[in-house]
Amino acid sequence: MTNSRMTRVELLRRGAAGATMLSLPALVAACGGGGGGGSEGELKDVLNFSNWELYIDTKKPTTLQQFTNKTGIKVNYYEDVNSNPEYFAKVQGRLSRGEGIGRDIFVSTDNDRPVGEYVDNGWVQKLDKSLIPNFSNLIAAQQHPPFDPNRDYSLPWLSGMDGIAWNEDLTDPVTTVDKLFTDPKLKGKVTVWNSMGDTLGLVMLENGDDPAKVTDESFDRAIEKVQKAVDSGQIRRFTGNDYAQPLANGDLAACMAWSGDVAQLIADNPKLHWNVPEQGGIIWTDNMFIPLGGSVPTACTYMNFVYDPQIAARIAVGTSYISSVDGVKAFAVKLDPASANNPLIFPDATILSQLHQNDPTMFSNPEYNKKWLAVQGQ
Amino acid sequence: MGGFFHRHRGLTPYLLLAPGVLWLGIFFLVPLGFLGYESLQSGLFPDFQFTWEFSNFSNGVQDYHEQLIRSFVYAGIATVACLMLAYPLVYWIAFRAGPWRNLFLLIIVAPFFVTYLVRTLAWLNILADQGPVVRLLRDVHILAPDGRLLATTFAVVSGITYNFFPFMALPIYVSLEQIDPRLLEAAKDLYSSSTQAFLRVTLPLSAPGIVAGTLLTFIPAAGDFINAALLGTPNQAMIGNVIQAKFLESLDYPGAASLSFILMGTILVLLLVYARVVGSERLTG
Repeated sequence: MTNSRMTRVELLRRGAAGATMLSLPALVAACGGGGGGGSEGELKDVLNFSNWELYIDTKKPTTLQQFTNKTGIKVNYYEDVNSNPEYFAKVQGRLSRGEGIGRDIFVSTDNDRPVGEYVDNGWVQKLDKSLIPNFSNLIAAQQHPPFDPNRDYSLPWLSGMDGIAWNEDLTDPVTTVDKLFTDPKLKGKVTVWNSMGDTLGLVMLENGDDPAKVTDESFDRAIEKVQKAVDSGQIRRFTGNDYAQPLANGDLAACMAWSGDVAQLIADNPKLHWNVPEQGGIIWTDNMFIPLGGSVPTACTYMNFVYDPQIAARIAVGTSYISSVDGVKAFAVKLDPASANNPLIFPDATILSQLHQNDPTMFSNPEYNKKWLAVQGQ
Repeated sequence: MGGFFHRHRGLTPYLLLAPGVLWLGIFFLVPLGFLGYESLQSGLFPDFQFTWEFSNFSNGVQDYHEQLIRSFVYAGIATVACLMLAYPLVYWIAFRAGPWRNLFLLIIVAPFFVTYLVRTLAWLNILADQGPVVRLLRDVHILAPDGRLLATTFAVVSGITYNFFPFMALPIYVSLEQIDPRLLEAAKDLYSSSTQAFLRVTLPLSAPGIVAGTLLTFIPAAGDFINAALLGTPNQAMIGNVIQAKFLESLDYPGAASLSFILMGTILVLLLVYARVVGSERLTG
């Protein structure tokens, strides 16, 4: 329940093996399972799909079962994406040699570094849009992302919002980053993300800077603000989504949190709240890609399936994250009216108007990366 | 086959050595060589070039000496704490527990049936701000009403101590268990007090176990990053955290590789100093 998107813990566990992996990339990629390579153009009867943990509906009949029933294609569904850079580190060795990674689809988040690397290095394949008639259901706002301007290589899986969560038993509402970073009552009971785009995005908005157009000055201003909050002991830790448990059990009074996680937590604990900060929030999107060696027709058949609003509604309601498929809400109302009216899953126009996107050039800047690690003590 | 060995008797030791040497060659030396090669590269991901970039090493020390020193301090404190806790315990098991020895040893090893990570995660719950331990300590005024255990240096060092405890306890137990009780009787016959017998007989005879235990604890503890990541804050970051972040987050492979070598090199130097102090014959038991 608590680790729907990323767990730092998972990252660490795999990180422990990371050093070995880097020296033996081929061996490790071979351990990834599945079959790959040699069948890029053929329709296969198996689809290998890498996704984040707990990031798909689980209520029977699941959409994966429905897909198999409809098409006869069996899905090997791997929940082996635990962090964008870590997944990237794992697969980049094989992809850079033009080899497959045993997957037909994997997901990667737009507000992190690897998404640009996959496209720019030619490590992902073009979609066959003739096999995706439901492509027309893609909402307008998602049609021209900077890393893939014509959606030639990718389709959104789900989106989420960066905002602030707080526990009403421990604090009055926390609606600005400044309050999160300076309110003495919150000292040591605050966490922020260990991912640069999410955390600094919110901080830049608080500073009145545009997160979609980062300059050295605005970056340094944001880092400085975080550094102050670290030095004062306000920020307890940098987290993946392992903020969820301490937030739920009261160790944290407030924290930066992803909308879908909190939507799930609130269901168990109504004392928790989440909101887009007053100065604005960030919206990010996980994107499906077809890596080298993956079967394009098989992957596209699946993408077409999940772009059917009826199916997309089940996935959105099942995960509490935001769908990019047009017409989803009408089906969601029938499935689960409470979810359909939850602004965290179906944000209204007011919320959407407060959301911004990260500047993709920020992620590949080595100086920025260095400063971002340094503020985390690394 | 038999005839072959008979005729080439000199080969037998090499054949016996071969599997181990091959194993180490493939899984230790080759990656180490690769890591060394990587540590001298420059450039940005994914276009690293081998340029004998020795500045990776000087920059590594310059930028991260704080985390490096912290790692050795934490590992040192944890090693001493392990020794203090383990010695009396295994002494008691070896000499007083009688038929229950194996049971107690099993209890020491039992946490190892659970993975390292889960054990550390358990501490997150045990030490939680709203958990029973912190509440009790607050009630008895050991902790301030707003005090906490998690996300402190204390939590990180305790976590390391806990996680590496069996590595200290078991070697000491083995050396204590091998002590011939007649030696202690002889000491008493020669009018030594229990304290003197302990200091002159038991302690020196268990020294190889202590040395082995300290090494088995200190070396992995210095490179540990899980405890700092889960139980600490950025102010407790150890060198292991820096290395994993460089490998997996900033994709700075040369930087990470050179820091790995700096860590290995420092441990090696400390080991040599230690060997000189305690005498190298004790390192090998």
